[in-house]
Amino acid sequence: MSDLRRPQPIQRRDFLGKAAMWTCGATLGLATVGMARLPFPAVIAGEAGAVKVGRPDDLAPGPGRWIASARAFVFRDDAGVYAISGICTHLGCIVSQTLAGFDCPCHGSRFDSQGEVTRGPAPSALPWLEVGLAPDGQLVIDTQTNVPPGTKLSV
Amino acid sequence: MATMAPPEQSALGAFIENLRQAPARLRDAIFRHGKPDTDRTRSQAVFANFFLHIHSTRIHERSLRFWATCGVGVGAFASFLVLTVTGILLMVYYKPTTDAAYQSIKDIHFVVPTGQFMRNIHRWAAHLMVGLVFLHMARVFYTSAYKKPREFNWLVGMALLVLTLGLSFTGYLLPWDQLAYWAITIGSNIAQSPREVTDALGITRFFDVGGLQKRLLLGADTVGQEALTRFYLLHVMVLPLLTAAFIGVHFWRIRKDGGLARPPDEPGEPVRLLTGQMVSFKPAPEKTYGLMALVRGTTPHVDRGQENTVTAWPNAFFAEMAVLMATCAIALVLALIADAPLKELANPSRPENPAKAPWYFLGLQELVSYSAFMGGIGIPTLVLLGLGLIPFLDRERDNGGLWCAGEGHKRVVLQSAVFGGAVVVALLAFTIQFGWLRNWFPDIPQLIIIAFNPGTVFVAVFAAWSLFVMNRCNSTRAGAIALFTCFFVAFIILTYVATVHRGPNWNFYWSRSQWPIH
Repeated sequence: MSDLRRPQPIQRRDFLGKAAMWTCGATLGLATVGMARLPFPAVIAGEAGAVKVGRPDDLAPGPGRWIASARAFVFRDDAGVYAISGICTHLGCIVSQTLAGFDCPCHGSRFDSQGEVTRGPAPSALPWLEVGLAPDGQLVIDTQTNVPPGTKLSV
Repeated sequence: MATMAPPEQSALGAFIENLRQAPARLRDAIFRHGKPDTDRTRSQAVFANFFLHIHSTRIHERSLRFWATCGVGVGAFASFLVLTVTGILLMVYYKPTTDAAYQSIKDIHFVVPTGQFMRNIHRWAAHLMVGLVFLHMARVFYTSAYKKPREFNWLVGMALLVLTLGLSFTGYLLPWDQLAYWAITIGSNIAQSPREVTDALGITRFFDVGGLQKRLLLGADTVGQEALTRFYLLHVMVLPLLTAAFIGVHFWRIRKDGGLARPPDEPGEPVRLLTGQMVSFKPAPEKTYGLMALVRGTTPHVDRGQENTVTAWPNAFFAEMAVLMATCAIALVLALIADAPLKELANPSRPENPAKAPWYFLGLQELVSYSAFMGGIGIPTLVLLGLGLIPFLDRERDNGGLWCAGEGHKRVVLQSAVFGGAVVVALLAFTIQFGWLRNWFPDIPQLIIIAFNPGTVFVAVFAAWSLFVMNRCNSTRAGAIALFTCFFVAFIILTYVATVHRGPNWNFYWSRSQWPIH
């Protein structure tokens, strides 16, 4: 091996030059990371999570009522009132109600009347949403809050 | 003693003479060569022109033959030019707000002079560009044109494929109709689908890459004004600029990599050039010299080059112009035949049924109907990785330029097409007839379905087939051909089934007339 091929101690001039280059690189890299923060919004402006859906007496037992503003179905049975989200857990299409439960039009997921997946690609059950009673006697669905399936508001 | 020589001409006379000569001198200032009527001036015409100098001044005769390229790459570029021009025209009237977007497209359809025609051309040119980019990739693959030294340009080409699909996807939202709204809802939820895995593992709270991707794309939780602004920005600014830059690199690298891939020269019959000349090429001596530290490789050859090449002006330009005009003609005819669709105004509480993506994403939509994560992110990532690795895993020397030139490779193509087609059709038929795991075991963990669904099954079978062919033919190139062919056939079949045979609720129907009425 010739002397040239042997590792040489780094020259002071080279060291300063390399340090300057690495400083520039680090600065630009960090600046890029800082700029990449911008497209992630800190606040998401959206519709209110709580939606009033009328008085419990307005709801008839049987098939659920579609509440477009909450994107959910509200049901009433002997045990009380409950709400099931109408947004498919697969890719966000809106399911339609059938006799057996819910069908998703986009990729064929099917759910039973409790929201459990019976076939298709949906990875999880349709979430149940919290139902409360407002002081004016109207039912309120909180679309931001999920509750365990089977949770019903007795009225 | 200094005396001024008497002027031959008065200043006024010179001024008038200069004025008379001005047009000719302007021309000489722009073009520093005479009429391109000799090979020397033709070469200068290319060499000295900013827009033309991306060509070499002389081009190999073989590169101009139709079957060398089929013109699909230039066709894709021509579509990009058409899209740029019509896109700028559409931007004159389009308004990217959720309140006005749909109405402005309506205006473009019914009020703006030639508006609908321009939108039709834009739409059809977009379809053409995607199709031609796919065909161009297939051409490059089957002619071995990705091999050393062209590996990097293959990767640039893949970046262009992704950019082309990105341009199509972002353009899809802009009309703000039902088609747009639900396609982008599905698309952005595919971006979120890594949650399927993180949820199954229970780590979404700490590591929510899916949520981050969706938020980056939409700027919100649902498709709304933020999403429209972002998609508009991407569609008219970011992606076209990136695409133009990558196209520049792509073309430049073709030159730097020695022109189009081609087999060694052979003494041949006289060929007819596009200009009508009959030329016969002689084999050239192999002796080469290197321009030290300036030119890599063994170029240029002494006493060679001239015989096998023709001037780019006008031979290559005639060919390119022909492809440009053909692309324009096809886009125009399609635009006259079929209108770009515009459905009802976007309605966030009622999806289209079925809600179908544009055709080039329908193969993926068929896959996401098994698993959102695998179909939408997992398998596409695997395919892109596999494509990118092809030139590095198949290092067999080949000058390229001939279609499946290796021994028995044409048979591998045929066998793989039949095999891949049979596997995909069988899997689809089984799934449509009998369902998949969830139908038999409703409580099965999601992770098993993610890992084991019709999509992952055929990917695994194709990989095994490719290894088998590689071993049988003792050739990595044969293995690559087997894999590429299987995936290309699978893509076509999945796209066909999803386009023609999927109806409401993504159910299978033999024909559209069987769709339930509702």
